[in-house]
Amino acid sequence: MGELSGPQRAEAGGNVQVLEGSEHGFATTRVDALLNWAKKYSLFQYPFVTACCGMEFMALASPRFDMARFGAEAPRFSPRQADLLWVVGTISQRQAPALRRIYEQMADPKWVLAFGTCASSGGFYDNYTTVAGIDKIIPCDVYVPGCPPRPESVIDGILLLQDKIARGDRTPGVVKPRNNPVTGEQALVSIGTKPMTMGETPKPPARPVKA
Amino acid sequence: MSKRVLDLLEARFGPAILETHSQFGDDTAVIEPARWREVAFFLRDDPRVAMNMFVDLCGVDYLGVSEGPRFEVVCHLRSLQHAHRIRIKARVGAEDGSDAEVDSVVPVWRGADWFERETFDMMGIVFRGHPDLRRILMYPEFVGYPLRKDYPADKIQPLVPFREGTLGKLPPFGPDEGMSFGRQTHSFPRGEN
Repeated sequence: MGELSGPQRAEAGGNVQVLEGSEHGFATTRVDALLNWAKKYSLFQYPFVTACCGMEFMALASPRFDMARFGAEAPRFSPRQADLLWVVGTISQRQAPALRRIYEQMADPKWVLAFGTCASSGGFYDNYTTVAGIDKIIPCDVYVPGCPPRPESVIDGILLLQDKIARGDRTPGVVKPRNNPVTGEQALVSIGTKPMTMGETPKPPARPVKA
Repeated sequence: MSKRVLDLLEARFGPAILETHSQFGDDTAVIEPARWREVAFFLRDDPRVAMNMFVDLCGVDYLGVSEGPRFEVVCHLRSLQHAHRIRIKARVGAEDGSDAEVDSVVPVWRGADWFERETFDMMGIVFRGHPDLRRILMYPEFVGYPLRKDYPADKIQPLVPFREGTLGKLPPFGPDEGMSFGRQTHSFPRGEN
């Protein structure tokens, strides 16, 4: 017991204290930190799949890479029930009104992930028909480059998004890299650590052994 | 083998066949645009030719290349009975893009419908007698014909206005990024270089 230390404390923004007080322990935290913690592990996703990146999205959702490990498991095919809009593939000018409408139909809080180079910047489609990046139409939180991106990159993007949610950061744009490439300074993030635990889970009472 | 088809065409239409070409089993006939549909009916109905399969139809813009008409409508046909193919072309259109009209071949081959719509959409070639000549790929609000050589390569016509601050503010995708080399090479005014 005692205060959380190390990465777990960092993840909660230093706001979690586990106090001595009862047999099982209890924790104090801020409500927004708790809410952000809940949000980041329960992303309901709306896949807006328009192009070949969809194949990689399927790989990501299937058991080998298993997006469900990050709480982003359940797809919701109604934008009104979704938290995370995946824009997977090229967006043409003709599709732009539909994408914009879907984004507007989503309830707050909502996040947008641009999956692949086309969704991020238009890619090599520098022409009359392609939107040069979905951030021209809707605010975007995470950009995952690649043509298509490896599932590992996308998982990396999900983790960046989770960090952003945990920080309570709602500014659209590019998620900052984990470390500053100039100074080498590490940002306050928590990749690869266990989820924050709210105190120790009590052990179930031992069952009587049958004779 | 299908050189025979070219001979039949020339025997039947004579001066309406402007030019023929045969190479590597590929036979091409350039047709007088006024008799485009008549030739199409002949190719379909004559039992010696029997082009019963419509393969492809597209447009080519020869702006600055061709001395005569600007556009070329290219149609590929195949006969399933005789297992031969032919490519027929019609040259239409003035230098400024006007008067690019040719008869539709939808009454001849039903499958030509969407191909002619696409050619109209991309090139602005009008097919007279087409049952439903609308844009098929671009949206109705789109102005101009994007695959014409004089359509500016970097001109976009967004349906949704871009968000405030996206051009120039949001890193890393400013207006000059993406494929900058593409913009630089395609933005030359004609005649320069």
